[in-house]
Amino acid sequence: MIEEIITSGRMNPEIDPVLHVWGWEIPFYLFLGGISAGILIFSAYFTLRGRQDELPVAVKWMPLAVPFLIGIGLIALLLDLSHVLYFWQLFTNIRWESPMSWGAWTLGIIMPLSMVWIATWIEDIFPKWDWKFDEVKTAIDWIKDYRRYLAQILILLSIILGMYTGILLSAFNARPFWNTSILGPLFLASGLSASAALVSFFSKSEIEKRLFTRIDIILIGIELFMIVHLFMGHLAGTQVHIQAAQMFLGGAFTVPFWVFVVGLGLLLPVVLEILELKHKFIPAIVPVVLIVGGNLMLRFIVVNAGQASRWLY
Amino acid sequence: MRYAMAIDTLKCVGCNDCVVACQTENNVPIGHCRDWIVEKTTGTYPDLQLEIRSERCNHCANAPCVRTCPTEASHYAEGGIVLVEESECIGCKACITSCPYDARFIHPEGYVDKCTFCIHRVEKGQDPACVSVCPTHCMVFGDLDDPNSDISRAMATRKWKSLIPEAGTDPKVFYLI
Repeated sequence: MIEEIITSGRMNPEIDPVLHVWGWEIPFYLFLGGISAGILIFSAYFTLRGRQDELPVAVKWMPLAVPFLIGIGLIALLLDLSHVLYFWQLFTNIRWESPMSWGAWTLGIIMPLSMVWIATWIEDIFPKWDWKFDEVKTAIDWIKDYRRYLAQILILLSIILGMYTGILLSAFNARPFWNTSILGPLFLASGLSASAALVSFFSKSEIEKRLFTRIDIILIGIELFMIVHLFMGHLAGTQVHIQAAQMFLGGAFTVPFWVFVVGLGLLLPVVLEILELKHKFIPAIVPVVLIVGGNLMLRFIVVNAGQASRWLY
Repeated sequence: MRYAMAIDTLKCVGCNDCVVACQTENNVPIGHCRDWIVEKTTGTYPDLQLEIRSERCNHCANAPCVRTCPTEASHYAEGGIVLVEESECIGCKACITSCPYDARFIHPEGYVDKCTFCIHRVEKGQDPACVSVCPTHCMVFGDLDDPNSDISRAMATRKWKSLIPEAGTDPKVFYLI
């Protein structure tokens, strides 16, 4: 056997011996961004389908959370920046090659748009709502006439928001575990799944609950398929990709990933949801906590595993 | 103009002079380094091979750090030297995660820092600090577009390699083997 010992004199903080420049802030933001995207996609989509009165939680109530979720996510992002006083530089440049750049712009546009979207529904949710100023009421009423266009724009931007968090990571070919284009769709599906679970948890209408439970089951199926695909792709890749996959197939990330993300975060809740559809009694809080927890865990593990995977030379 | 560096692995003894020269020349904060020594031992005793390399930013022609930077702080300067503009860097660390050589680090003041090929010296026609102090003269710096430059001739007459070219980065630091 040929042995290889590599000794390096480099010991830069947060870089050596294992890269760890991104702590809890980035995966936490990716998690909130994914859920926000999911909520907006469902709300806008079912508005376009004309089902706003049948599915009030998904269409009218859930978007109320979006500005808060994105706001908390933005705070986490700012906490991560090490040169934070210069953050405004993000908005003096547009760099198409950098997913972080168009992600920042998407966030910058989607945040106010989601507030406008909420404003068009607020009188439906709170019948006693008073805009105080007639000009505001006139403006909101005018926007309501164009709600369909707003919904179409929101769907497009939310898909970008949900996907870019994964594309952001897959653009780094220096970290072989991230370097797979499946991460974008996987994060989008998992964001949608978490928000579907939240809708069916908060909804009081049987139709809405069952519809979103069914949607969630399909989404979890898609997620499982994409996870298998992720590892197939890596195992059929180069040596560094194979090594990256092996971190999950016997290596350090095996138990956290397969037990907590796949077992408790996907397989168990999907079984519970199927039982729920068959009218078995399942406490509503259980699947939603498992799914949202698995969602968060997925982001943490992917961000950490990517930083642990590297080229060898 | 395409600046590049070649390091003769057969001459390098791993003395760390280049590392100290860089830290002094560029005021690199204590505990950090812009260049470093790697010793790679291959084989089983007594049949061993040793390769000693002085490593740094590879000033890639297809630099992933420049590509992923959201603010244009990471950019190509004259001759393809990859630089970070401190006042445009927000410290998002995308460039650090995108570098397969892990050549970048966060300066204690918050911005991202790395080797500059001593551009302030190169502009005056001098060699980078690491090259100028090397006691074994194992490093060559110069312009690849000039066929008579020391580096072009070294690469034309010696076998060489670059580090993980398969990462698609088109690195501009070469190792004579």
